[in-house]
Amino acid sequence: MTLKLVTSPLFWLTIVFLVVAAFLPLGVSGYILGLLTVAYYFGVFSMAWDLLFGFAGEVNFGPTFLIGLGAYTAGILNGNGVSIPVCLAAGAVAAVVGGVVLALPALRVRGPYFGLTTVVAVLILQNLIVVFAETTGGEIGLTVPDVISIDAATNYWIALGFMTVSGLVLFAIARSPVGLILQASGQDPVEAGALGFNVAKHKLAAFCVSAFFSGLAGALFVFYMGTASVGTLVDVSVGVQVIIAAVLGGRRTIVGAVLGAVFLIAAGEVLRPLGALSTFVVSAMALAVILFVPAGLLGLLTRQGQRA
Amino acid sequence: MTLAVLKTPTAPQAPAPQTAGAAPRLSVSGLVKRYGGLVAVNNIGFALRPGEILGLIGPNGSGKSTVMKLIMGLERPNAGSILLDGEEIAGRPSHRVARAGIGLVFQHSRPLHRQTVLENIKLALLPDNLLRLIADPGVERQARAIAERVGLGAVLDRLPGTLPFADLRRMELAKAIARDPKVVLVDEPFAGLTSGEVADFSALIRGFRDEGKAVLLVDHNVKSVAALVDRVLAMYLGEPVAEGSAAEVMRNETVRRVYLGGSIETAARSQSTFSGSPLLKVENLDVFYGKAQALRGVGLHVHEGEFVSVVGLNGAGKTTLFNAVSGLVPYSGEIGFSGETLRRRSPAAIARGGIVQVPETRELFGDMTVRENLDLGGQHLPVAESDRQRDWLYELFPILKSRGGQIARTLSGGEQQMLTIARALMMKPRLLILDEPTLGLAPVILEQLSKALERLRQTTPITVLLGEQNVTFALPHADRVYVLEHARIVWEGPPDRFAAEAGTGYL
Repeated sequence: MTLKLVTSPLFWLTIVFLVVAAFLPLGVSGYILGLLTVAYYFGVFSMAWDLLFGFAGEVNFGPTFLIGLGAYTAGILNGNGVSIPVCLAAGAVAAVVGGVVLALPALRVRGPYFGLTTVVAVLILQNLIVVFAETTGGEIGLTVPDVISIDAATNYWIALGFMTVSGLVLFAIARSPVGLILQASGQDPVEAGALGFNVAKHKLAAFCVSAFFSGLAGALFVFYMGTASVGTLVDVSVGVQVIIAAVLGGRRTIVGAVLGAVFLIAAGEVLRPLGALSTFVVSAMALAVILFVPAGLLGLLTRQGQRA
Repeated sequence: MTLAVLKTPTAPQAPAPQTAGAAPRLSVSGLVKRYGGLVAVNNIGFALRPGEILGLIGPNGSGKSTVMKLIMGLERPNAGSILLDGEEIAGRPSHRVARAGIGLVFQHSRPLHRQTVLENIKLALLPDNLLRLIADPGVERQARAIAERVGLGAVLDRLPGTLPFADLRRMELAKAIARDPKVVLVDEPFAGLTSGEVADFSALIRGFRDEGKAVLLVDHNVKSVAALVDRVLAMYLGEPVAEGSAAEVMRNETVRRVYLGGSIETAARSQSTFSGSPLLKVENLDVFYGKAQALRGVGLHVHEGEFVSVVGLNGAGKTTLFNAVSGLVPYSGEIGFSGETLRRRSPAAIARGGIVQVPETRELFGDMTVRENLDLGGQHLPVAESDRQRDWLYELFPILKSRGGQIARTLSGGEQQMLTIARALMMKPRLLILDEPTLGLAPVILEQLSKALERLRQTTPITVLLGEQNVTFALPHADRVYVLEHARIVWEGPPDRFAAEAGTGYL
């Protein structure tokens, strides 16, 4: 097992990536660090999403419902004088609770209806935030009093560390026996049930884990930005970005999602001179990868061409 | 849920003492399953002892698969009791039924494609526990032993996608063995296997019996499982019709009637009355689904105005043959229609060219009315002609006229079948392909359908290719019959010689 890990290209790619990433603040500008910090948080959003889609086989069109719950819970509590660590924990818990409330009824419906339910959840959350503008800041956004740090390098390292730990945990779950059962539940729920596995229980657990990391990442993101707004955290289009990053990086790989997120954010930045055209170019590139390299960017790098 | 379980008293039976040889392991009684108005399973009951193999057989639509699903917990029964060692399991979800000790060998499943054969087998050995993040080291050894036993030892590290069909079935068997169930349900154990593989699988299934497991084999006909089973229960239209040894059930009058029909009146016109080159000519047709070969070197022809029946059991390849003709599946070989090859023509072009298929699944537009469904079929005709065609069809199927405004989904099964045929006839086909029109229909409806087909044959010059496993329905109208068995045409001849020369395979 250990031998297999050490000889896999994925393992060395990850190590190289992490070492380079860790020493980056010594050589690049604070502006680039800021971009990468955002990319790393998006990477966690996407990894958490991949656990649901790639393994449990459920398409959650509302990752931002979970992210938004975490972010706004943390932000609102902080506005009322609660300390940052408690806010982070509360954000994660809120996302898990919200996730369970959503998943319990949503997992009962089959096929595309699960996805539709999750989209509606995002729209409801978005409306609630606007309606309760006095507490949430509404359309203008919520400003939190505290931030973790104002130093770009510190923020960067926190994001990198958080992403590394999240990735490790999610990857371990995906490769564990539970991950195997989860994949079986996603691919053939009837047979998984006939083999004695409680499919609903496993999918619900996956949803909780996904919600935990999405909520925690959302909360951390708020304390990095100092603000939370519907447009940056909750809007359906943000959710679409999260999804594209995961698919672009490589479905069912967990870590590929990070590559996808970094690529999306970097490409958006490099192409900024193109103006409105940049979104189009990024989307076209994403579409090309999804159509022609279903194994994603990670699949290209590790040459483990697999069927999507 | 309306689960009226327990017609039998529930006093939990004490764990069977040493005389267990006689105590049933699985005892099913009064099982009923309704889908809307359709009674799929009606009052089925049987007992299965340890070390016994029971064959549950019945033609398509007889409800045998539903019985299997009810036992496994994939469907909930409306009434009845399923006792496993005296414990009621009816209506429980499948994962609890599985843990109680029942295993199902699926005919088709979707294995984990990115995991090796070994990992797929390991999956079945895992506990249903969210906190077990590291597998028990014993699991690996066990999985290897099971793989050896079913003959997968050499392909442990391959991905399922690279395996031949029989090995995929072995893997399903391995997964069932891994759960070590007390009762094993096997869905169509030999479908799609060569005779050598059939022998291997028979040996494995006998192995279950020797271990003291109770085995239920679900299949279409007695013959395929006769060598293996201790007893057979035959079902038809949801009800039990015969029970006993394989030989007894094959001799049973009702069973013979269900499978072969009584004395069948045939009205074949000799082939010489159809002159000229054939309208449809199929030569050397091969079709593969992944690893499984669905058709091997099939050849047949249909003359203009002829009524040809293709008789074959479920899985013989009838639907595949028709789908190839309609351009719905890729094939090698040659299919010609009125002298021109159909290769490289799209399904839509083939349908417009005059070959109209009535699929076994009917494919009606469920939310449209009867009239709308018909008008869609006549879409390409000028309005006056479409009206004329519809009036003619209303004459052929009077029931459809009275149901004109009704939503198609709410029609009975027989009415839906008539509508599907009528819709196809609206397209004024040169060749009408009927795929199992009798599927799941009650005998009285069958008769109505039969009369309509007879009128069609006598009053129009239509050419028909009919696929059926119901011999009673396929023979009376046919001018010529082909028998399709295990992907090959094995017999061709006039219907009156069928019973003598090819009938025995249909029990």
